[in-house]
Amino acid sequence: MSEQRPAGAAAADRLPVLKTHKVYVGGRFPRSESGRFDRALGPDGTPIANICRCSRKDVRDAVTAARAAQAGWAGRTAYNRGQILYRIAEMLEGRSAQFETLLAAGGTAPDEAAIEVQAAVDRLVHYAGWTDKFQQVFSSVNPVATSHFNFSILEPMGVIGVLAPESPLLGLTSAVAPAIAGGNTTVVLVTGSQPLPATTFGEVLNSSDVPGGVVNVLTGRSDEMLAPLAAHRDVDGLLLCSPDPDVARSAEIEAVHNLKRVAVRPHEDWTDVQSPYEITDLQEVKTTWHPIGS
Amino acid sequence: MSTTAAPVESPPIDAVGVEERVARLCSRSIKKEAKLQALHLTLSMIDLTTLEGADSEGKVRQLCAKALQLHAALPDLPHVAAVCVYPALVGVAKRAVEGSGIHVASVATSFPAGQAPLEIKLLEVRKAVEAGADEVDMVISRGRFLAGDLAYTGDEIASVKEACADAHLKVILETGELGTLDAIRRASDLAMRSGADFIKTSTGKIKPAATMPVVLVMLEAIRDHYLRTGEKIGMKPAGGISTAKDAIRHLVMVRETLGQDWLDPDLYRFGASSLANDVLRQIVKQRSGIYQSFDDFSL
Amino acid sequence: MTDSTPSAGTAAPKLRLGGDDGWGYAPAPESTDHVELRDRYGLFIDGEFVDAKGGRTFETANPATEEKIADVALASDADVDRAVAAARRAYEDVWSQLAPRERGKYVYRIARVLQERGRELAITESLDGGKPIRESRDVDIPLAAAHFFYYAGWADKLDYAFPGRGARSLGVAGQVIPWNFPLLMAAWKIAPAIAAGNTVVLKPAETTPLTALKLAEIIREAGVPPGVVNIVTGAGETGAAVVQHPDVDKVAFTGSTEVGKLIRRALAGSGKHYTLELGGKAANLVFEDAAVDQAVEGIVNGIFFNQGHVCCAGSRLLVQESVADEVISKLKDRMETLIVGDPLDKNTDIGAINSRAQLDRIEEYLEIGEAEGAEPFQTSCPVPERGYWCRPTLFLQASQSHRVVQEEIFGPVLAVQTFRTVDEGIAMANNTPYGLSGGVWSDKGAKAFRVTSRIRAGVLWANTYNKFDPTAPFGGYKESGIGREGGLAGLHAYLQPERAA
Repeated sequence: MSEQRPAGAAAADRLPVLKTHKVYVGGRFPRSESGRFDRALGPDGTPIANICRCSRKDVRDAVTAARAAQAGWAGRTAYNRGQILYRIAEMLEGRSAQFETLLAAGGTAPDEAAIEVQAAVDRLVHYAGWTDKFQQVFSSVNPVATSHFNFSILEPMGVIGVLAPESPLLGLTSAVAPAIAGGNTTVVLVTGSQPLPATTFGEVLNSSDVPGGVVNVLTGRSDEMLAPLAAHRDVDGLLLCSPDPDVARSAEIEAVHNLKRVAVRPHEDWTDVQSPYEITDLQEVKTTWHPIGS
Repeated sequence: MSTTAAPVESPPIDAVGVEERVARLCSRSIKKEAKLQALHLTLSMIDLTTLEGADSEGKVRQLCAKALQLHAALPDLPHVAAVCVYPALVGVAKRAVEGSGIHVASVATSFPAGQAPLEIKLLEVRKAVEAGADEVDMVISRGRFLAGDLAYTGDEIASVKEACADAHLKVILETGELGTLDAIRRASDLAMRSGADFIKTSTGKIKPAATMPVVLVMLEAIRDHYLRTGEKIGMKPAGGISTAKDAIRHLVMVRETLGQDWLDPDLYRFGASSLANDVLRQIVKQRSGIYQSFDDFSL
Repeated sequence: MTDSTPSAGTAAPKLRLGGDDGWGYAPAPESTDHVELRDRYGLFIDGEFVDAKGGRTFETANPATEEKIADVALASDADVDRAVAAARRAYEDVWSQLAPRERGKYVYRIARVLQERGRELAITESLDGGKPIRESRDVDIPLAAAHFFYYAGWADKLDYAFPGRGARSLGVAGQVIPWNFPLLMAAWKIAPAIAAGNTVVLKPAETTPLTALKLAEIIREAGVPPGVVNIVTGAGETGAAVVQHPDVDKVAFTGSTEVGKLIRRALAGSGKHYTLELGGKAANLVFEDAAVDQAVEGIVNGIFFNQGHVCCAGSRLLVQESVADEVISKLKDRMETLIVGDPLDKNTDIGAINSRAQLDRIEEYLEIGEAEGAEPFQTSCPVPERGYWCRPTLFLQASQSHRVVQEEIFGPVLAVQTFRTVDEGIAMANNTPYGLSGGVWSDKGAKAFRVTSRIRAGVLWANTYNKFDPTAPFGGYKESGIGREGGLAGLHAYLQPERAA
């Protein structure tokens, strides 16, 4: 199937080196513990790569990695998180050509592919700038009627399970960037028809000073991975990027186990899905009281 | 002769929490028989006081006569605990209340400022006791205390205690000058460790004086001292308590902080000049159902 | 004179607190002659009091006397339908058409009438629910009025609330509230909802419907258009009909985690808005550098406020080992001064347990705690013969694995544990599926804020406890709920973006 490989436009006398697409968990690139694979297909239905078909145990391991990374990531300064998000943008920009090729191989028109990569880079830059600002905009000092200093701040929910949208790069970055900008760590289920930008995005993250475990990317099938993730009691929130109401409904039912917070993003076009509310929807409000006296 | 070798370890005080506790105590509603009992108790705890530059023998005799007979129409009332005067008038007071069971208390130690050499203060204490004072109300050297010289302050109290001989020592902290409840707690602890029989809020010359939060903190210090040592130190709020309602709130606070043992003139006093008549007004009102005028009661 | 420990042979110093000897407080009952209660209460639908279809009723009783107060209409599904239809009509035809400024003025009016009728409401609350008049008078009713006053002012300022996205109302809100703060919870639910432009159908708790029905009178007295607020009384089935009604756009529930989960499940996939305020098992951490007396007061306020019928109650006391003896001894002394009894007596600290069922539940936990090996302590306070009562109770030497540590008791029962280090205290505090609230006592500011930032809960009280204010968002992490009430965050729960992202 080398003829269909996206990077296959090499000289005829040289055999191209093909990439094995693996998942990204805890800062490493393992294969699925299950040993299973699926095929990523081109627009005409021909296979272009093998991808991991992750199992519920891979979900479990990814949650473990995300939990282990969460306190440390949330404990970074907002400035540092901003720099790291900006670094992701830098790395993605540098790999623009690769992602355009991947998108094109998945069926995106070449000029649209270029626009999508640029938009994804810009989205990361946008959220990089929010890390040290959303708290200022959305937290409050509350003028209570007693002698207390009272303030409400936003804290990350913790570990967020993300069902990645069909939009393979812009949607992916639009979902993940606000989650991690606010100090959450994520387990991202890539179940759409174009998984290769996501697996390669793991490489971008890995070279961007993002601590291992902050973003974990699993490929596979929604019907195998979503329920265990949605039911997992050590996951605090779900970001369900799917226009299918049945998917949202079944995940929401699983989420009841530990009352996960659930945000649903049914968008198919992610061009305008950008606002600080994408961050705050994955935050908790904490109100703290302290006496004022001498 | 230092008696304060061990540093005084006083717990931190949160002022807002103290005020909340006070507000809660003040929400107690004391009615009917409980109120009448409290009013009688209050009268028995009063140190009827005159501390003016203009005090004369005549004024002190007036005061003592009032102490002996609070209200002619109510002969069954308890007498006040003590009369409180300047040292020069102790002899007059002592003769006036002779045999009544009413104590004579004298302020001393260069009251109210306390800014005199220690020798002079001690001489004043001895003179007051010689003249017949049963109780001595001293002032601490607030300047030295606020400057951090706790050892001096403690030693001074111990010296005065020695000079008191058998007289009971009340140590006035002058809480209105101490600034924070933390300092008031430290001063209370220091005074109790240095020989105070009573700790007392104020001279009456400085405002604020015996506010509820201040008194609560002092009561808690007394309680902790008791629980640690088994020794019961008395409490005397002075200044600013002029109504029966105020006094009853104090009794509630004592009851719920120190318990029944302190609801006793031997361990609780009110330093006041006009409180007695308001209490009398309330007692007559409780008995008659008719609100009273101040002119119904003698000065 | 220097310190001396009490000499051998004499009894340890003991304070004579509480008890009947010496000077005590005479009964100080609040006068009730100005409070009018009817024998029978209807549903409040479309601005009118109406009987339930079929005329079904249930009784509401005074838990302090076990005597019936009134018959109250029991709303069926059909009644809930009527109420939701009235709310929908009012929303479409009146309330959403009204100038925001005018809407706000109606809400202000409600706040004012609540203040005017405050004492009557406080007495009614104490009669129907058992809470001490001191609390209903000083906490519940003033705070309820304050909530209406606070949210009234938001009505014409919604455009400023959430920058960059505008705000519009949701429609009809279905709201179900618990019995522990009946009027206050009604205020928490109704005030932000109607100020933001929604209309509501509210179901008060079965054991405490009366102040909500008085609120209905007040809402009518304030001239609020019919249907904007509808109140349907009943038990769990009525509540289920409200939250599951297909024409309700937003569900707000305060109650148990168990029921909250059922509601959340029913709402899955509906796209409806919801807020859930559920259970808790909050830790109150006392560090060795705390202001001890104020901490003790905070512990008392944390667990014995409202008989411990408080979702955010500090029901787990975690004391640093080095001060545990002192704190516990002072706590016991303080508890001896607590007065259990007639809710209408102004000196009562702990009123009646809200219902026989709740008392049974608490008593079951008292047995469980003892069976698990925790050491019980109860004060000697006398309690009345009739009515439902529980003396303030400690379980000393409790362990993290004990059910009295893990489960919400919702009564005046405090589980006491010790910890050694800051990290251990935090870990114990967080070792629960709940995350509503927490308390921290330390005179060291840096430590206090470190601990508050590490406890996974929505409301943290540092050197205070059980404080509430309409401007301060309240709500839980984890299984203690979803969403916030109060403040700007509470307004958020009743609005949606004007513009899509």
